Amino acid sequence: MSAAAADARALLDVYLTAIRIAIAEQFQYRVANYFYMIGMIVEPVIYLVVWSTIAAQQGGDVGGYTAGRFAAYYIVWTLVRNMNIIFTPYGWEWRIRDGELSGMLLRPLHPIHWDLGYFAGWKFVVIVLWLPLAAVLALIFRPELAPTVLDVIVFAIAIWGAYLIRSVLYWLLGMISFWTTRVGPLFEIIFTAELLLSGRLVPLGLMPEWVQTIADFLPFQWTFGFPIEALVGGLPPDRLLGGLAMQALWITIGAVAIRLVWPIAVRRYSAVGN
Amino acid sequence: MPNASIPNPPPEGASGPAIRVAELRKTFRVPVRGEGLRAAAASLVRRETRDVDAVAGVSFEIAPGEVVGFLGPNGAGKTTTLKMLAGLLHPTGGEATVLGHVPSRRESALLRRITMVMGNRNQLQWDLPALDSFELMRAIYRLPRDEFRRTRDEFVELLEVGDLVRKPVRNLSLGERMKMEIIGALLHQPTVLFLDEPTIGLDVTMQKRIRTFVAEYNRRTGATVLLTSHYMADVQALCKRVVVIHHGRILFDGALAALAADFGATKTISVSLRDGSADLSAYGEVIGEDEGRISLRVPRAAAAETTTLLLRNLPVVDLTIEDPPIEDVIEQVFAGASSLPSAEAVDPAS
Repeated sequence: MSAAAADARALLDVYLTAIRIAIAEQFQYRVANYFYMIGMIVEPVIYLVVWSTIAAQQGGDVGGYTAGRFAAYYIVWTLVRNMNIIFTPYGWEWRIRDGELSGMLLRPLHPIHWDLGYFAGWKFVVIVLWLPLAAVLALIFRPELAPTVLDVIVFAIAIWGAYLIRSVLYWLLGMISFWTTRVGPLFEIIFTAELLLSGRLVPLGLMPEWVQTIADFLPFQWTFGFPIEALVGGLPPDRLLGGLAMQALWITIGAVAIRLVWPIAVRRYSAVGN
Repeated sequence: MPNASIPNPPPEGASGPAIRVAELRKTFRVPVRGEGLRAAAASLVRRETRDVDAVAGVSFEIAPGEVVGFLGPNGAGKTTTLKMLAGLLHPTGGEATVLGHVPSRRESALLRRITMVMGNRNQLQWDLPALDSFELMRAIYRLPRDEFRRTRDEFVELLEVGDLVRKPVRNLSLGERMKMEIIGALLHQPTVLFLDEPTIGLDVTMQKRIRTFVAEYNRRTGATVLLTSHYMADVQALCKRVVVIHHGRILFDGALAALAADFGATKTISVSLRDGSADLSAYGEVIGEDEGRISLRVPRAAAAETTTLLLRNLPVVDLTIEDPPIEDVIEQVFAGASSLPSAEAVDPAS
């Protein structure tokens, strides 16, 4: 076996172990997980009720979105939202202050691999928990959903692409904690921009043209709107595959940036008291 | 202990020191401001900082297989030095090599061969049994499964943790958790161990168990150990050599036994008299009396003369001269030479 193949195999072993650990941890808190999931669907149900009401008042649709399409959008939203859960940038403050980072830095493994593997494992539990909730929501709100095989395949890839984009970009953002102690307000600005420009609050197709133009230059829509639209939007193949390419581009940008910034950030690590 | 029957290969750079430190320095820039609201408001506009030399140019070498105690009061620079050697902190100046590698480069080849145990930090998965965290270590350090299981089981047996490895870490006592931390930290059989207060907060039995384990690991694997501890029992049990650091500078580097000779400002003379108790306060500071045996603390330089006077003036049946407890010596080292007592013997008979 070549050295590169051995490295890849060893890294896969780390990921599988991290996934197993995450799943085992989530199984420790089954009830808490269900409450978490129920809490998680409150937000899209509010959006769904509001938009369904507006659609009904406007004669059945808003900008081409019928009540059934809104239902499909926001039910798929619940899964995509959970796939978007990553190691929060706020966690860096705690990770540095508490000394957890010191332990991670002692290991011959870049800490991002643990985060990627652990939160990926978390998703498997979430998907299992999501299925019955999605079924209940579907029975109540009657979504219009008729994806093609390509839509389903692209969606299955895109939700992991979204996870990776968010992981690398917010990991990068979190590293600001190496330079300044309190970075919460900055994160809030970014999260607000993401809420508006990702398709989380409103499908991007309903936003003004200029907002959509801004969104085209940012990564947010590829983490939220694109995976949802891939399944429910009836996008043509070129837009589906183009969307995956855009995801790959943002993942690459984030990964390269981490590779460049991480060694500089680690040099600034003070580890005082930890 | 793993591979006990197989001779360990000599560590990389075995011909030279395992750890080499030359004029190593670490300076932290910390914000400072006065008290009160005005100072807080002023700091919004202009932030003042000052540089704190946590480590101010330390130099030492540690040979492969050596166990060295790294002593000093809180804030002396012990942990900062250890963190620089483990690759966690980037030095401000000077040089350090561990097993021939520069730690701040954080090369995998080095990280695979060192470990650092921090007594007050938990590196295990809190909600899961320690076995799961051990499994993660196996994957990270790429340990062959058979070798991993053999090492793990031997450590579990040596530290007598048995089925505790199957209990969630959050349900373990501090001592039990520390044992798991040590197992997790040594599964990859590191060549260099940085142990930062590994027995802090543990009861005496647990401290002893961990000391015995570290000594056994060192004996069987020939690992190099740099240990910080505020418990002198740890140091006395494990270290022939100590490095004493204070205010970021090295005050002493040598044999533990020589520390008392160099810095022990006093000697303890214990004397038994034929006719029992007597007031010996004129000869030195009486520090204890037990079943007719009186202990006197006298200046080191006056010990011989005081002994002569005691033997000449009193009906002595037994007399011993000892160095003070190591804790007292260390305290004297940190306190500095200013507190040394007068070195003149007093003859109450003259």
